[in-house]
Amino acid sequence: MIYLDNASTTKVDEEVIKTINPYFNKIYGNASSLHSLGTEARKALEDSRKIIAEKINALPEEIIFTASGTEANNIIIQGIAKSKGKGHIITTKIEHPAVLETVKTLEKEGFEVTYLDVDEKGFVKNLEKSIKPNTILVSVMHANNEIGTIQDLEKIGKICEKKEIFFHSDCVQSFTKVPIDVRKMNLSAITISAHKIHGPKGVAALYLKKGTRLKKIMYGGHHERDVRPGTENIPGITGFAKASMLIKEKEIKQMEKLRDRLIDGLLKISNSRLNGDRTKRLCNNASISFKYVEGESILLYLNDKGIAVSTGSACSSQSLEPSHVLIAIGLPHEIAHGTIRYSLSKYTTEKEIDYTIKETKKVVEKLREMSPIRR
Amino acid sequence: MYSEKMLERFRNPKFVGEIKNPDGVGEEGNMRCGDVMKVFIKVKNNKITDAKFKTFGCAAAIAASDALCELAIGKTLEQALKIEKNDIIKLLGGDVPAIKHHCSILGVETLHKAIEEYKRKQKK
Ligand SMILES: Cc1ncc(COP(=O)(O)O)c(C=O)c1O
Ligand code: FES
Repeated sequence: MIYLDNASTTKVDEEVIKTINPYFNKIYGNASSLHSLGTEARKALEDSRKIIAEKINALPEEIIFTASGTEANNIIIQGIAKSKGKGHIITTKIEHPAVLETVKTLEKEGFEVTYLDVDEKGFVKNLEKSIKPNTILVSVMHANNEIGTIQDLEKIGKICEKKEIFFHSDCVQSFTKVPIDVRKMNLSAITISAHKIHGPKGVAALYLKKGTRLKKIMYGGHHERDVRPGTENIPGITGFAKASMLIKEKEIKQMEKLRDRLIDGLLKISNSRLNGDRTKRLCNNASISFKYVEGESILLYLNDKGIAVSTGSACSSQSLEPSHVLIAIGLPHEIAHGTIRYSLSKYTTEKEIDYTIKETKKVVEKLREMSPIRR
Repeated sequence: MYSEKMLERFRNPKFVGEIKNPDGVGEEGNMRCGDVMKVFIKVKNNKITDAKFKTFGCAAAIAASDALCELAIGKTLEQALKIEKNDIIKLLGGDVPAIKHHCSILGVETLHKAIEEYKRKQKK
């Protein structure tokens, strides 16, 4: 299988598996226990915390491990909102549901919300203008999971710093692919997740600036700075830390090169367009719309050819609505309909990319033959 | 998500294409997801002798279009108008996901339009 759905999830790196294994049946203690199996687990936990903190220029005590990126987003957004009780929240129209649905729920509970528009490339607009005296939180994702657009967090951070507003960014897609410096970017909180970087599923983390007060959303023991109760998932966490260390600059460059080869190849198909920005985009994302054909059909034909991708088509969503991100960048429904996201990994080869271009071309042509709206 | 039987039809539709000088053509769009289906029919002695389709839509819509054409061919206009969503789903192997049932309804409606157009032309 040629796996080009790495924005959904990734294959766990062999090195990560090797790192994790002893924590299942050798060093299996509870990190809160005082005996040596417990203290060894505690050490693995704190070492992992240090590794993750270093990656984003945070302090180890500013890292809190959770069971998913979704959970981390909820802890931060609900936690800040509920500690303030009321106020105005700013986010964007292109966030992942883990942010969007959380904010929508707060809106129903009485918080005021602004959903920022984006331009045709997916860059956020009008942030400064939208800030009000009662704004308590700005949440803007770093890199978009569908179209790969990378926001200028440093610029947004400066605005939030000036106005003294809590600034959160969902960095699940960008972590290890785009440099993140929480100090330079004036970030108050970020979200990252292991399974997008060749780590295990069901483990993630948030960075929360020292001194921040949050209202907890879950009650239990006093683990993880008393923000996230629950026995720490030591195998997952050590695997997450290991995964964050593995990615090399060379591999990012390689992905960029293959991404560009893929984009150039696919754009040679007539009536196709690239979504997002050409350069300020994730090293592994190519989002392409093919006119007159529908995404789910493309996806299933590509699957028959051994290629795994994803689509923003209405037909493949449970709501039968096209992707909110594609609508936010101004794509008409019928073009959003034929949108395919190819997302590469460090394992992707040039041969795979060339095969994918060739097969996509055939599939799109075959479906256009079937399409009544082609002129 | 889809049964092998449905996928097989999606992969190798037998009735995709256009009919030159059709006796009736129907086109219908789907309000919900934005798909478009077109059905061409040939009619002789009140019987559908040939049917073809063109569809811009999901795998279920393409498979449903194909099943619809198969069901329509050989039927009288009255019989063809009685083809229901469930007849299409049955031919697709039965277990079409509920969220994809509207794709089969689209097929039924498109065929009705083609037959209507044929009847309108006959009256002239
Ligand atoms: C941008 C973004 N945020 C949040 C998430 C959710 O992360 P998780 O799958 O760890 O809950 C994802 C992944 O699906 C994502 O792409
Ligand atoms: S035609 Fe869109 S869901 Fe089937």
